[in-house]
Amino acid sequence: MRTTEFSAVTHREDGVTVVELAGEVSGGAEAGLQEAYRAVGDEPVVVLDFAAVDYINSTGIALIVGILAQARTSGQEIQARGLAEHYREIFRITRLSDFMTILDDEGEER
Amino acid sequence: MSAWPQSIARVIRRGDRSSIAAGGGDEIEAQPAPGRADAPAVEISPNDPIVAYFQSASGAVDLDELELDSPALDALKAAGVKLAVPLVSQGELVGLLNLGPRLSDQDYSTDDRKLLNSLAAQAAPALQVAQLVRRQEAEARSRERIEQELRVATLIQQNYLPKELPELPGWQVSAYYRPAREVGGDFYDFVELADGQIGIVIGDVTDKGIPAAMVMAATRSVLRASAQRVVSPGQVLERVNELMCPDMPAKMFVTCLYGVLEPATGRFRFANAGHNLPYVRTDSGTVELRATGMPLGLLPGISYEEKEAFLGAGEVMLLHSDGVAEAHSAPGEMFGFPRLMDVVGSRSRRGDVIDRVLMELDRFTPDGWEQEDDITLVALTRIGGAPVALREPPAAVDLEFEIPSEQGNEREAGERVAEAIAGLGLDPARLERLKTAVSEATMNAIEHGNESRPELPVSIAVRSSDEAIVVRITDQGGDHAIPEVETPDLEAKLEGLQKPRGWGLFLIRNMVDDVRIETDESHHTIELVMQLDEGGGDEDD
Repeated sequence: MRTTEFSAVTHREDGVTVVELAGEVSGGAEAGLQEAYRAVGDEPVVVLDFAAVDYINSTGIALIVGILAQARTSGQEIQARGLAEHYREIFRITRLSDFMTILDDEGEER
Repeated sequence: MSAWPQSIARVIRRGDRSSIAAGGGDEIEAQPAPGRADAPAVEISPNDPIVAYFQSASGAVDLDELELDSPALDALKAAGVKLAVPLVSQGELVGLLNLGPRLSDQDYSTDDRKLLNSLAAQAAPALQVAQLVRRQEAEARSRERIEQELRVATLIQQNYLPKELPELPGWQVSAYYRPAREVGGDFYDFVELADGQIGIVIGDVTDKGIPAAMVMAATRSVLRASAQRVVSPGQVLERVNELMCPDMPAKMFVTCLYGVLEPATGRFRFANAGHNLPYVRTDSGTVELRATGMPLGLLPGISYEEKEAFLGAGEVMLLHSDGVAEAHSAPGEMFGFPRLMDVVGSRSRRGDVIDRVLMELDRFTPDGWEQEDDITLVALTRIGGAPVALREPPAAVDLEFEIPSEQGNEREAGERVAEAIAGLGLDPARLERLKTAVSEATMNAIEHGNESRPELPVSIAVRSSDEAIVVRITDQGGDHAIPEVETPDLEAKLEGLQKPRGWGLFLIRNMVDDVRIETDESHHTIELVMQLDEGGGDEDD
């Protein structure tokens, strides 16, 4: 089986909370992702860093939708960076990118 | 036979089918007796009361004793007819034996009448048969005349179509013309112009047959002459319209698209006199080349909008006549422009665009379809990049494997398919898409079809052809159909009105070029098709 464990590490970077995700964003990431997101609390902006993520599937998309839904109720902005081109395309096709800011590798808005 | 008539009058009967069956417009002639002058022809109108009288008469009729308000009776009497013997067959009056006075000036005897009546009884059916034969011969002649006209129209038309296609460096040019049985007025033409430019014409004359063919021939000549004198396509059409208007037969006009191509740059300037819009397949989808203008020959003093387009490497332009879009299927559905546009946009490598249109049309129309209108297609493809022939043909892939239904195995399925097709040269971005589609379909098979029971395998078959990779993923479910793909309502999900899940099939659909789903009693199979063409299937926004 070729799975990579999901992990999430949160740190602050220039005053912004960054959640560094790694491994697979799939069904197995549900608990870890929720926990990491809850721990962030009421920050105005949260950056999800996908640079170390090697796989996102439709269940992972659903998890991100869940986070976006929660952020929406509290007026929080979610940004994503470090997405591989293929997953940027998937975020575009699923319209996730309409509800979160997709940053390029340098952290600039695309 | 001394009792034989002095003369037999020639009778012309003009009638219609309602009054005298099978009598419409026939002319019945009886030869006058030898040595006697021909008696004047007598016309009997089908409404004349004498027709009904003769039809029901039981034999020879003494005209002198007849009292009827009948112009025909008067005319017969005036022609010297004394005795008329109706020739009635199957209740239909097919003719008359008309006899003048006997040479002996005696009245016709009972024996004479008997003889005449029995002669009439024999002659009437024979005459009726002869009339039928004659009518059929006339119909056959008229059919032959129509066929002959069709042949002439086809000949005119084909004589004015190009005998060969132009050779344009860097371009592939193809054309197709197939007349309907009743030839319409389609035409196309290529006109060599200065500086290596080429004029491209496609048109359609309203009406059919010889008139349409004549107008087509005239339009083509006028257009050729005009194209040599002016370069601007708009001005060419304007000029052709001016020249055609005075001589155009009533209710006829010509739709025509004229464009000038610069082969070296791909620049195509065009103007359109009410003809179907050309389609161009580009990397970002199929576009219409739109320019407006009235058909030729309707009104003088019209000017024509002129547009220009640039055709890039690999792009294909198709000019077409109504015969394709207006073809009907057996249930009466029209082929239609959107379908034609889809065929132009398809990236299949099977033949060129014209072959694909004809194949699709053949699939769409019923067997033995009689073409409704002429079909004309002209295609120009700008050749670019490495010549296709130099590409090494990849070895075909044919692999099948099974995986147990455990969560997490879907990713491996994607990786194994990717390894299997590594040598086929699929574009890396498209390879990633295919991997995602395979993983998603496998995940559905594991979770939904096989209900995550590890003992139930998911079978995966990978096959390739020159054109495409096909991956089939089969589970052991099947008692329930896979639901239709719907675009997930992201807003509703974000509002918490819908569950956040439900992206699998939607993703699959958007990742590959084609998805087919089959369900039988015990299996679901989802088939994913990815074209090998570079850049193919890149139609998502």
